[in-house]
Amino acid sequence: MTSAVLKCCPVDVTVNRSLSTGKLHRVELLLQTKLAPGTLDVLLSKSFLCAPAVGVSNMIAKLAKICTLRISPDKLNFILSDKLASGGVSMWCELEQENFFSEFQMEGISAANNEIYLELTSENLSRALKTAQNARALKIKLTNKHYPCLTVSIELLSVSSSSRIVTHDIPVKVIPRRLWKDLQEPTVPDSDVSIYLPVLKTMKSVVEKMKNISNHLIIEANLNGELNLKIETELVCVTTHFKDLGNPPLASENASQARNPEQMAEVHIDIRKLLQFLAGQQANPTKAVCNIVNNKIVHFDLLHEDVSLQYFIPALS
Amino acid sequence: MKCLVTGGNVKVLGKAVHSLSRIGDELYLEPLEDGLSLRTVNSSRSAYACFLFAPLFFQQYQVATSGQDPLRCKILMKSFLSVFRSLAMLEKTVDKCCISLNGRSSRLVVQLHCKYGVRKTHNLSFQDCESLQAVFDPALCPHVLRAPARVLGEAVLPFPPALAEVTLGIGHGRRVILRSYQEEEADSTVKAMVTEMSIGEEDFQQLQAQEGVAITFCLKELRGLLSFAESANLSLSIHFDAPGRPAIFAIEDSLLNGHFVLATLSEPYPHSQDLRSPELCRPAPQLQAHSTPLLDDFANDDIDSYMIAMETTVGCEGSRALPSLSLPPGLQPPCSPGPHSEEEEDEDEPSTVPGTPPPKKFRSLFFGSILAPAHSPQGPRPVLAEDSEGEG
Repeated sequence: MTSAVLKCCPVDVTVNRSLSTGKLHRVELLLQTKLAPGTLDVLLSKSFLCAPAVGVSNMIAKLAKICTLRISPDKLNFILSDKLASGGVSMWCELEQENFFSEFQMEGISAANNEIYLELTSENLSRALKTAQNARALKIKLTNKHYPCLTVSIELLSVSSSSRIVTHDIPVKVIPRRLWKDLQEPTVPDSDVSIYLPVLKTMKSVVEKMKNISNHLIIEANLNGELNLKIETELVCVTTHFKDLGNPPLASENASQARNPEQMAEVHIDIRKLLQFLAGQQANPTKAVCNIVNNKIVHFDLLHEDVSLQYFIPALS
Repeated sequence: MKCLVTGGNVKVLGKAVHSLSRIGDELYLEPLEDGLSLRTVNSSRSAYACFLFAPLFFQQYQVATSGQDPLRCKILMKSFLSVFRSLAMLEKTVDKCCISLNGRSSRLVVQLHCKYGVRKTHNLSFQDCESLQAVFDPALCPHVLRAPARVLGEAVLPFPPALAEVTLGIGHGRRVILRSYQEEEADSTVKAMVTEMSIGEEDFQQLQAQEGVAITFCLKELRGLLSFAESANLSLSIHFDAPGRPAIFAIEDSLLNGHFVLATLSEPYPHSQDLRSPELCRPAPQLQAHSTPLLDDFANDDIDSYMIAMETTVGCEGSRALPSLSLPPGLQPPCSPGPHSEEEEDEDEPSTVPGTPPPKKFRSLFFGSILAPAHSPQGPRPVLAEDSEGEG
């Protein structure tokens, strides 16, 4: 196997290798070795990097109970694919590896398919990383301890000179290669309307109130910078209007010109799915766009400093 | 009985009630000469907790009004806890707290004297009860760990709140290891995250245990004691023995002490072989002779009836003893001179004698419930007989 070890930080290669060979564990699956072996050895040594990592894992834990972690030499992805179990919601969260890790080595199944796909309980990861909030160093490794684990090892800061080490073994399922095709980046649909989102906290408090009244929500927007959140029941109809939000320039000129700027595009969605998404957003993103495909799907595209998140909520039929 | 708690001590008392409430549903309140004792035991009798507040803790402490026998009582934990529910409120508004127990009214009266002359009176109904007394002796445990409660509090912080049991042991390089315990059945489908905390020896004030020893116990109860000890800035000592023997968690101060006795699992590690062999659980040799036949009488009962049977009442002369389980008279004397506590503790050991189905993984701790014989100069004597009045 050709080595696909990648280093982003200027760390001496040989030293690192010899150190790691002793520590790296190859995940050997019990059934067939054909599945997906891989090694991963990651060090988050700068403590200021831990905080955003904790934030990301917290957000993921709020969005999905079980998610897929895709590890490739330069990116980490948290994936929720649109299975029926999750109500058709899908998520694609992307982290640039070098923004988080001071040292990063991974080796996938082969040089051509240099990726590792793991399924894990997101709460475990978030809990494990929460311990690391004031850590001296954090190491993440793929290990085999009777079953494949993502081992998070944290050296804590303590008042005394002594060292305290916390290790979390997060059980993972290594996803075989034949299933990788279901876990690729979703294509962004051609939207009817694309609009910038208002402050997410405001939106969240609005949707929270609405959830008490209805299970469904209509999200509608136009090219005039207007976004409405609407619920309708037999007794009451509540609409919250957001104005002057602005529309990002559309990719295809034709579509925007053909469309009346006043005309709304709307999607009926499950209000809980929207709330789940909003509740996961602790920090306001630098950019937040909502793309609506009329009566089909709503796509949220958030860009944080180190993380990008795409979230798809399908229309209720 | 009447006692008066003032100032910050009200909150200390409240905190103690909070940590006791993590264990049992009933609170045993007993005024003793050396202080007020609050005790509880959990329903499966695998955990026992007691706080003893010295007379100096109170501004006024009176065990019994003249000419009266001291009373002891059992109350619902819920109702006592509700008095001290909000610790912030206690701290902010309550100036003093007066607890009185009066036989005539059959009420335990807790009065909170608050700011602005507000006085809250709680009349709690209670039951008479025997003295709840777990039998343990920290001095008999060969292994001791002692550390500031804060260190241990931080050590249990990474563990998920839902985690039931934790293994504490001494690992390589005399590092103290805390590890989440997983039941073996659990590894079939849903695997839980395993967390391990490793602390250097230097964080401990005392570490008297060799590498390799380990015990597994419930985390919830320890968390309760830790939160109390952390707020009082005390050190916690952990006394333990072989797996399966109770572990004692103790805090001590000039004004109060607290002891939590928790059952431990009889297997040290989840992946080790079955360690429930009788050799490991064998009681102390000198007691084996009489405890084994005793067990056989109970072997057909389930553990609960066994436990009830052990809630023994001691008559003043011990005359009610043993209609059916007559102990050979020659074996009784060794019980009386020494401290009774250790010996009774040993008697829970035979519950794993072959032939007895072990219905619980945690073996119940053993409580001789002793009706303190007020007239007996020698103090209580453990006698193993069925309590005719039931548990009350």
